Amino acid sequence: MTTSSTESTTSKLRLGDVFRVGASGPRARKMRTALSALGISIGIAALVGVLGLSESSKSALLDEISSLGTNLLTVEAGGGFGAGDSELPDTALATISRIPTVTNASAVWDVDADVYRTEFIPEGETGSISVVAADVELVETLNGELAVGQFLDESTSAYPNAVVGSIAAVRLGIRNLDQATYVLIGDDYVEVIGILEEFPLAADLDRAVLIGKDAAIDFYDAGENPAIIYTRILDGAIDSTRDVLPTTADPENPEEVTVSRPSDALEAQAAADDALTTLFLGLGAVALLVGGIGVANVMVIAVIERRGEIGLRRSLGATRAHIRRQFLTEAVILSVLGGIGGVIVGISATYVYATSQGWRVIIPQEAALGGFFGAIAIGAIAGLYPAMRAARLAPTEALRS
Amino acid sequence: MSIQTTTQPQAAAPTPTGGAAALELHNVTKEFPGEPPVRALDDVSLRIDHGELVAVVGPSGSGKSTLLNVMGTLDRPTHGIVSVDGIDTAERSDNEVAGIRARKIGFVFQQFFLLPGMSAIENVSNGLLYQGVPPRERAARSIEALERVGLGHRLQHPPNHLSGGERQRVAVARALVHSPAFVLADEPTGNLDSKSTKAVMKLIHDLHSEGTTIVVITHDTAIADSLPRQVAVHDGVLASDSARRDREVVAT
Repeated sequence: MTTSSTESTTSKLRLGDVFRVGASGPRARKMRTALSALGISIGIAALVGVLGLSESSKSALLDEISSLGTNLLTVEAGGGFGAGDSELPDTALATISRIPTVTNASAVWDVDADVYRTEFIPEGETGSISVVAADVELVETLNGELAVGQFLDESTSAYPNAVVGSIAAVRLGIRNLDQATYVLIGDDYVEVIGILEEFPLAADLDRAVLIGKDAAIDFYDAGENPAIIYTRILDGAIDSTRDVLPTTADPENPEEVTVSRPSDALEAQAAADDALTTLFLGLGAVALLVGGIGVANVMVIAVIERRGEIGLRRSLGATRAHIRRQFLTEAVILSVLGGIGGVIVGISATYVYATSQGWRVIIPQEAALGGFFGAIAIGAIAGLYPAMRAARLAPTEALRS
Repeated sequence: MSIQTTTQPQAAAPTPTGGAAALELHNVTKEFPGEPPVRALDDVSLRIDHGELVAVVGPSGSGKSTLLNVMGTLDRPTHGIVSVDGIDTAERSDNEVAGIRARKIGFVFQQFFLLPGMSAIENVSNGLLYQGVPPRERAARSIEALERVGLGHRLQHPPNHLSGGERQRVAVARALVHSPAFVLADEPTGNLDSKSTKAVMKLIHDLHSEGTTIVVITHDTAIADSLPRQVAVHDGVLASDSARRDREVVAT
């Protein structure tokens, strides 16, 4: 029943059969397959998750920075509110507003008064809330928003009306303005007409109660010298404007003027997150390495355990190369299974956490693809030595049991 | 390794049918390194024709296993020629010899060597795997082979759901599925109870009567005696060959 006269004598294994044969071992030992793939999974999940989360959180931060604008510069005299000795000249806001590259300029002024919810609060328990006078453009300059009510305008700022910062509102126990709400500023009750959202670029204002500038001068004896001037600068002119701001604000004592850029702090935070990400990536890489060693270990054991199978396959006509390919494929299958699992877990973790934080979910493609192909590479490396050992085994030795 | 093809070996068996033998050993010697080297086979010549059923019998340590390995091309002799279906294996590379095993030789082992987690069909189709036969054809031919050994009702069973006798029949089907020049059965009944032994031996006889060439390696003289031809091995040499005795009887 021999077929043809011109028979080729070499043995051959079809490509599809290479995969089928390579999968037969993992298929027959499912528990062990799952456990050895798990090590790779953990490593890949860590890498994908860390990259996904850091990208998502960084993009959230960058979104925030760009929505707040990086073109905000603040001008103040020496320190912050009530910095004592040095003061900005009362003309500073007007002169700064005249710089062509300054698109917006607003100021706040210190008010020497304390704020309490009622007269029954003991004196001194101010909850670290300060009273600040603001001009009507402050919210616009800071890209701020009101949670409730409205900001001061030309008419409301002439008389005692207050807008409370986000943290100040919590500390004063003001949640909404459904009913007329008053706070005690100095000796007078003042109606609250608005509650602000957070000002990430001017966190001091979150802890402040704002009143109109005219009201501050008329009713609380406030000075005309601004405490802080917030300026928005044309894009591209930030550095040059930054250089001229001190002399413009205070031509006599420019050295006493401090100019800062609040978005720098947020960018520094993003950079700090990067450093942390690198650390976690390192940990993920270690987990992956351990997973790879686990696969190599399992494969070495498999080769020892399955000597009989190796001998049988050689007797069925498998060449050394076929045996080598089988065990290499098997190792790659183990780690690809682990890689797929890890990518899924990493993406899910990123999705769940980023969603819970209200971030946009970003799965870096390099992370997902890199994880997958990284797993293939690790499998190939891990399987190399066991596969060579399996191939080197002489059939007579393998069949002896 | 040089091969003496010019000088006709002394023990060259006559070729009654004229065609190539299923398996032919010419002056085969196998030595294993050591101090002194162990000569496991000493100048063994043996011819097995197509259609024969031969017992190779000998006690353990007689060189029987070495002879099996050399006959099955799993090991190369130190000297001498092993020809499978007319192909001189000494001139072939390891990969080509693997191809000869894939096409020309079927193995049946005492320990069955069925792969766990694979159905009977899959185990049998492994016999065609290294010839590059497409999967569909492998399955069809495996079903045929399983039906031939009487296991048509156990096609999807994995080895651990089969009795010892059934397992060995699956292994026999695997050795047959590629229509080899000969089947080498190494102690095929060594792990079986007497009932299964009887069934497997009957199967071997049936296959032989259908034309399959089978060599049974065994230490069991009762089994050897039940086969048409017995070749006895002792201390690495052929102690007796019932076929040659017959021929010698005819010659004198």
